[in-house]
Amino acid sequence: MSNRLTRRGVLRTGAVAGAGLAVPTIFTGSSARAYTNEPTGSSVTLGFNVPQTGPYADEGADELRAFELAVEHLNGGGDGGMMQTFSEKNLKGNGILGKEVKFVTGDTQTKSDAARASAKSMIEKDGAVMISGGSSSGVAVAVQGLCQEAGVIFMAGLTHSNDTTGKDKKANGFRHFFNAYMSAAALAPVLEKMYGADRKAYHLTADYTWGWTQQESIQAATEALGWETVNNVLTPLAQTDFSSYIAPVLNSGADVLVLNHYGGNMVNSLTNAVQFGLRDKQVNGKNFEIVVPLYSELMARGAGENIKGIPGSQNWDWKLENQMGDRYTGTNAFVQSFGEKYGFPPSQAAHTCYAQTLLYADAVERAGSFDPCAVAEALEDFEFDGLGNGPTLYRAADHQCFKDVVVVRGKENPENEFDLVEIVEVTPREQVEYAADHPMFAGGNLGACNSGA
Amino acid sequence: MDAIILQILNGLDKGSAYALIALGLTLIFGTLGVVNFAHGALFMIGAFIAVSVQKLLSLSYVTLDETRTDFLGNPVKVETPYVVEWFGPEVGATIIDWSVPIAILFAIPIMALVGYVMERGLIKHFYKRPHADQILVTFGLAIVLQEIIKHYYGANPIQTPAPDALQGSFDFGVLIGFDPNVIIYPYWRMVYFAFAALLIGSVFAFLQFTTFGMVVRAGMADRETVGLLGINIDKRFTFTFAMAAVVAGLAGVMYAPINSPNYHMGMDFLVLSFVVVVVGGMGSLPGAVAAGFLLGILESFASMNEIKSILPGIDQIIIYLVAIIILLARPRGLLGRKGVMEE
Repeated sequence: MSNRLTRRGVLRTGAVAGAGLAVPTIFTGSSARAYTNEPTGSSVTLGFNVPQTGPYADEGADELRAFELAVEHLNGGGDGGMMQTFSEKNLKGNGILGKEVKFVTGDTQTKSDAARASAKSMIEKDGAVMISGGSSSGVAVAVQGLCQEAGVIFMAGLTHSNDTTGKDKKANGFRHFFNAYMSAAALAPVLEKMYGADRKAYHLTADYTWGWTQQESIQAATEALGWETVNNVLTPLAQTDFSSYIAPVLNSGADVLVLNHYGGNMVNSLTNAVQFGLRDKQVNGKNFEIVVPLYSELMARGAGENIKGIPGSQNWDWKLENQMGDRYTGTNAFVQSFGEKYGFPPSQAAHTCYAQTLLYADAVERAGSFDPCAVAEALEDFEFDGLGNGPTLYRAADHQCFKDVVVVRGKENPENEFDLVEIVEVTPREQVEYAADHPMFAGGNLGACNSGA
Repeated sequence: MDAIILQILNGLDKGSAYALIALGLTLIFGTLGVVNFAHGALFMIGAFIAVSVQKLLSLSYVTLDETRTDFLGNPVKVETPYVVEWFGPEVGATIIDWSVPIAILFAIPIMALVGYVMERGLIKHFYKRPHADQILVTFGLAIVLQEIIKHYYGANPIQTPAPDALQGSFDFGVLIGFDPNVIIYPYWRMVYFAFAALLIGSVFAFLQFTTFGMVVRAGMADRETVGLLGINIDKRFTFTFAMAAVVAGLAGVMYAPINSPNYHMGMDFLVLSFVVVVVGGMGSLPGAVAAGFLLGILESFASMNEIKSILPGIDQIIIYLVAIIILLARPRGLLGRKGVMEE
């Protein structure tokens, strides 16, 4: 009877076992493992964390299509897409390091907490060795932080805030997409050509990390041209009707309205601005103009007629190689295989996700290991070409890609629903580069790479 | 002064939408005693009826143009709408152009049916349940409805323009002695305000001047006594629910050109509309309308730069702030009656 269960004994055992279980598995791990989720079998799992519900679900769906296509190509299926044009020739269609590529997906819901939870689940439960995707800077910063703690690589999807590779940069995080500073640097000279150097700008800005850095960047770039900033009004992210913010623009003396809005915000604010006749207005003897520093094809579709003639910037456009020449090789290969599979051209969100997957796979091949620290080292200061953007550098100092930026404008007479934007010009990489310690990116520290070992 | 007039005008159209949704909400609450969190979804369905009718009227047949190629090198598909084929280019284009007003004709029977099915199929089973149960089930229904819409229409907003003749804006300032281009107001928002006024007037006239309306009002005051008089009040309440659904749906149809419909628009309006109902006084129809316009206009004023520079962020909380003040001063809301939701 001496080994009879006692109430106290059960409680004590339970408490110890409970505490053990409560420690997240990513922080425990077995001692035999060299790094988080080291693949031991014949396959390797990647985690694609995209908005499957919520306001950016359409962008998320396009990202997921691109990821599926990339995995198909890595495993030797399809026509190989940009693997054929990529300057590195390490990817042979036999998976990554000979291991078949499998993937799991998560739903970010465009909410930081949900995105972290789904990434955590893919790392802990599914053994994902890399996380990619996303369509919001708030989410990217949150998931990047989680991947750093967990010891896996984060290949960011669509995220445009300066903070992602600025004050919130992390050693395990890498961004292929361009940022607000680059948009502004590329757009400003074009705006000067289109509208002159003597302009008064009124800004409406989405009140969160991306909006703030976008506004700060475009204000600095346009003021350097000689433009005056009349006002900057922060608008709530949840706002749907912008009429009460548009109305004061009418009598502000401004002759340009800059909409630092993205997604549904931008579609609504632009529609409201056009409804209030801003585009037909004359101020200071000049035509009133509207500028949207960042927009996507999907947003252009939402804005319909209103997007015509509106200048903006993009990371990539599916017409790039046809219109701007061989420098952007890879574009047509990607458009061809994406178009064959899905029946329409890919968006810039799809392109960046596809490129990130190939870049990760290639870095693993070059490193000869899935160890995040070895992969990070392979990606740092990596120069490549053939992925549709021309010669590109993954800078070691902040893990930001540097490449040409596409300046676009809403097309006046689109031939179909995929032909809504036209390329105005491509700004060379040298014009959008900045020092790693630039004030707009200051305050952060990459820190040391974490392999989770 | 011009800025104030502009914001009043702005508040009118926003207030119209709040008032129309709140009117239906309070009608349902007053008659059926149900707190309907799916009411915003009815507004959203209305907007998507406008989208669907636009798509329906633009339905096209495809011919291949061998002389041009698409991005994959295949012959370009040229789409010709059937209405253009049937009625000729001019009439066909006009029909497509006027798709939003035409959608009203479709929206009335569809919304009445949606309302009928919703009330008979689900909500009637919750009449005698606590308000918390009603809120949970209707909120769940709203989520289901919006996810269905998202599945078929996607998550991005869909542009649903007003007819060409009603696009652009009206120089209101010139009419009242201001300089040109100072007070500008879009035509369609004027149409929306006029439409809302007409719709609200019709609902009030119906309830005030018809026998049916009288019975409904009597039922709102004392459901049991009306039942004891041998009147089948349930049947009338089903009709009332359908009517509220039609009002919310029409508000949605006409709102589509103002802001491109997306699956989430119902939720965006729902919370504000509830505040409107509470501020107006639970179960009070004139209260809902008055509070709708009041809060719409106050919201517009709060986003003025002059006010935001004194009280930053006021535009995001003004409605709730006013709601607190009104409820502290008048706990039953502006025009609330004693005994409603106080048992």
